Amino acid sequence: MAAGDDLKLIGAWPSPFVTRVKLAPSFKGLSFENVEEDISNKSELLLSSNPVHKKVPVLLHHGKPICESVVIVQYIDAWADPGTGPSLLSSDPHERAVARFWAAYIDDKLVASWMQSFRGKTEEEKSEGTKQMFAAVETLEGALRECSKGEGYFGGESVGLVDVSLGSLLSWLKATEMMSGAKIFDPVKTPLLAAWVERFGELDGAKTALPDVDRVVEFAKMRQAQAAAAAAASEN
Amino acid sequence: MENKTMARAGSLKLLGLTVSPFVVRVRMALQLKGLGYEYIEQDLFIKGDLLLMSNPVHKKVPVLIHDGKPICESLAIMQYIDEVWAATGPSILPADPYERADARFWAAYADSKLLPAWVGIMWAATEEERVEKVEDTLKAIGHLEEAFGKCSNGKPFFAGDSVGYLDLVLGSQLLWFEALQKMFGVVVIEEGKAPLLAAWVKRFGETDTAKEVVPDVDTAVEYLKKLQSHRAGATVAQLLS
Repeated sequence: MAAGDDLKLIGAWPSPFVTRVKLAPSFKGLSFENVEEDISNKSELLLSSNPVHKKVPVLLHHGKPICESVVIVQYIDAWADPGTGPSLLSSDPHERAVARFWAAYIDDKLVASWMQSFRGKTEEEKSEGTKQMFAAVETLEGALRECSKGEGYFGGESVGLVDVSLGSLLSWLKATEMMSGAKIFDPVKTPLLAAWVERFGELDGAKTALPDVDRVVEFAKMRQAQAAAAAAASEN
Repeated sequence: MENKTMARAGSLKLLGLTVSPFVVRVRMALQLKGLGYEYIEQDLFIKGDLLLMSNPVHKKVPVLIHDGKPICESLAIMQYIDEVWAATGPSILPADPYERADARFWAAYADSKLLPAWVGIMWAATEEERVEKVEDTLKAIGHLEEAFGKCSNGKPFFAGDSVGYLDLVLGSQLLWFEALQKMFGVVVIEEGKAPLLAAWVKRFGETDTAKEVVPDVDTAVEYLKKLQSHRAGATVAQLLS
């Protein structure tokens, strides 16, 4: 870590988008100050740093805010000293375009459908979300085969943008597996991804950044109870 | 339809839809770099084999095929063009990482907040829904008006002296703002409410990039009428890409 890096991350531990941003400096050996936000009572710092969305994560670099997790990860990668570790993006433009494509896919298809399976207003909506989530995971199995070229990660020999984008979701996806009993990364249906999950989870960077799965399960149960109580209250 | 090459590009093919903002912005990027390419208009109601093979995941336009390799997702394509032809023509993304992050942030905003809002105006099922979508659109424009003030630093475009990434991402949506005005009387960028953007719209329209690439507003209106008669369950986003 170079002196005067002045990196501050405004985040909230349950958010996978915040985890995503924590993974990037983790893999590049950068340290940063973690500012934990209470989402139910947003701070002045958050509101003034991200006035458009008022959301975490926000990275403050020398006081200047950068918002949106994928934008932040690319910023850290572009700005950080090459001596801090391999780039999260390939130097080959076509591979970079493919990585950006899959990073967008993960957010637009996997995250969106997974959120629907959790927060859908009806059982029907939720089960549609689950169905689409499994379809997205199968597509990502193909993506891993294409991108890894026989190596261990989407980024090839080392972790890349897509590994970070998907890896950031692991605690939540594992929590979902525990709560629903269904295997999201089935070693039979998606063997490459199942192996990748193990491999990624063993990395020091992942161990540092990813929240504890049991803690996430507790948090999810609390949120579900809150949502159920709110729904019941609004029906009375 | 073949465009004459001004710069050697290898083989470039673009699968597109003339009126799609996602396609227009890629064509603008290619124009800025002076690149020739074969443009192949797609029928999104009956998708051809080349499209289905080149973008099997989304089956959407635009798809850029460079020396046989497909690149999908308009923002990824624009960055690809900028990186491969870095030595040709102006830069599309800024060099400074912070400014680049800012451009990416606002481009994501324009696509995730502004675009669905104005698309919603076209497809609103009720007057109430239309009013809500108009409000959402104007709110997004308000944020972009502020963004322009900050990004441009007193210069004519978001990117500075000449057009760049964010100018193209937003500029590619302008023809539909004109269409909305013609068909619904909705003014998306009103001089009184968004003076900086209103002035930028005029300047953008005067650029070669806009003049050479953006189709006539009537083309958009005609396409919208075609969509309206075909609607049957498909979302507009699906039909514009």
